[in-house]
Amino acid sequence: MLEIKNLHVELEEEDKKILKGVDLTVEPGKVHAIMGPNGSGKSTLSYVLSGRAGYEVTQGSAVMDGVDLLELEPEERAAAGLFLAFQYPVEIPGVGNMTFLRTAVNAQRKARGQDEMSAAEFLKVIRERAKSLKIDAEMLKRPVNVGFSGGEKKRNEILQMAMLEPRMCILDETDSGLDVDAMKLVADGVNALRDDGRGFLVITHYQRLLDHIKPDVVHIMADGRIVKSGGPELALEVEHNGYSDILSEVA
Amino acid sequence: MALAKVKQSATQARLAGLTLPTSGWSEPARREALSRLTEMGLPDRRDEYWKFTRPDALTDAAAPHAAVLNADEAPIFDEIDRLRIVFVDGVFDPAVSDDLSQEGVTIERLAGISGSEIHWAKGLYGSLEARGQAPVQRPLAALNTAFATDGVVIRVTGTPSKPINLIYHHENESSDAILHHVIRVETGAVATILENGPAAARFNSCMEIDIADGGALHHVRAQGRDHERKTATHLFSRLGTESVFKSFTLTVNGVLTRNECVIELTGDDAVAHVAGACVGDGDFHHDDTVFITHDAVNCESRQVFKKVLRNGATGVFQGKILVQPGAQKTDGYQISQSLLLDDDSQFLAKPELEIYADDVACSHGSTSGAIDEEALFYLRSRGVPEDEATGLLTLAFLAEAVDEIEDETLADDMLARLQGWLARRR
Repeated sequence: MLEIKNLHVELEEEDKKILKGVDLTVEPGKVHAIMGPNGSGKSTLSYVLSGRAGYEVTQGSAVMDGVDLLELEPEERAAAGLFLAFQYPVEIPGVGNMTFLRTAVNAQRKARGQDEMSAAEFLKVIRERAKSLKIDAEMLKRPVNVGFSGGEKKRNEILQMAMLEPRMCILDETDSGLDVDAMKLVADGVNALRDDGRGFLVITHYQRLLDHIKPDVVHIMADGRIVKSGGPELALEVEHNGYSDILSEVA
Repeated sequence: MALAKVKQSATQARLAGLTLPTSGWSEPARREALSRLTEMGLPDRRDEYWKFTRPDALTDAAAPHAAVLNADEAPIFDEIDRLRIVFVDGVFDPAVSDDLSQEGVTIERLAGISGSEIHWAKGLYGSLEARGQAPVQRPLAALNTAFATDGVVIRVTGTPSKPINLIYHHENESSDAILHHVIRVETGAVATILENGPAAARFNSCMEIDIADGGALHHVRAQGRDHERKTATHLFSRLGTESVFKSFTLTVNGVLTRNECVIELTGDDAVAHVAGACVGDGDFHHDDTVFITHDAVNCESRQVFKKVLRNGATGVFQGKILVQPGAQKTDGYQISQSLLLDDDSQFLAKPELEIYADDVACSHGSTSGAIDEEALFYLRSRGVPEDEATGLLTLAFLAEAVDEIEDETLADDMLARLQGWLARRR
């Protein structure tokens, strides 16, 4: 589903290499986790895949369902089925959460040649999905993420994911800033979306999120490369011994 | 100080083409206004408050040409049950206007009131304009008082059920309209005045609003969309104890718009809010000049102005809060912001505070910025195309000014209208 080959990325503004040859394939129905110390390039990978400005791809490719992602505008990537749950969701004063979501859903449907969702149908679906994430009507009315707590912002990301029904979901440190209860709520939301046709890339610093979202494959990223891949047990190893053991082992 | 020669001759050239209406109760006020005007002279680039806006097209002897736009959209406020008073190129059109009689209010045409006898508006016509000439001169308003050919004289005594809508059509490409309205809101009375339309090739409008104790006036205005029109407007408002004045103006297109607003809070616990949202492209030039004087205790004033500028458009904001000695517990707030959609557009702001009381809270802020890139990427990452995302963020920026309209139906109407206009520019 998502195939990343030998991806090299530099910052546009300064001469700094961040990714130095990432290889990664996520199959439909699978959950891949990327773990790694701070500064290893995890978030950069998520931004490059979603099309954020400021990064230059110097080598390699990223293909989703046969489409070259790197050639597409961010909105085209989204319409193609890519979704990034932001580590720091952006506050947008003046734009209602509901308006924002409906605009996004219909923009994607339009891009895919589908009919727009009617206001009534949209309302019905969003109410149902918001409820399971414990997002109340008040939160839907408020401006996007404005005045939301850390937990509310992350739940709002998952609500967007649930509404947009992407094929490939990237979760960038979705557990950061969450207490145990909030993390469980978020994980339940993610797990509800798991199915055979959908791929997940879960980026996290800690193992604890993976207790709730069980990965099929765990990758360790360090210094812009994937240095080790394995099963869920790899995450436990990190939890017990930290990154230093693994890093010294592959060095 | 004697007027500069060049100013004197420019003023005389303009006056040569005008005739002072000489019958009726307003004549003495008109003559006084004319003498104020000849003393001041018409504005030019050297005047302190005209540094950012060239007044030439507003002061030239002949009205400049302005193409008429045939708008392919429903008239604004169309869905609102209102009393319509229509002026075509500054001339009252009874055929398309409603019956002026309404419960709680007396509405008369300025040009229709004859005789020099007693009329309630006699002491008011031109008086707020005259008060508003210091400390900053407003010669175009004096010209208006002297030469206005028509307008409405409204006395609100109760709570009229419908808003009063002044509708200005523009049909003649070289029309030169001067309208003067006088509104007196009596004790405890409440009314809403709506204004919309391009009015004329050149439009000079003046509205004097006197609000008695406990009265309230809501004013919502939409200017546009004829781009070549030249407009100068003045709102003069005086507020009594516990009275309320709220004014919002939406401006779309226009090579030259100067909206001046002069407010005096003369009674304790009065509230005055003025807000404006404008959207302009290319040679669009829009100037908001506001002067609010606090002369009573515990009054609140609020200025919220938002401008979206692109392709080299220019926005101007000159806003002042003057707190007189003794006007304690004043709460004054002022914000002016522009959203510049490219590097060619410019926003010129001159916020001023002048405070002579020691127990006041006054704040002001002025910003100029581009679209928030983070927010733009966030929207795009959810599948919203770039131009649509820009439109959404632009509307959100303007919405903060539109939110100043108290009536939700009117606010929604303004937002829907803005959304349509933003979409058509894409």
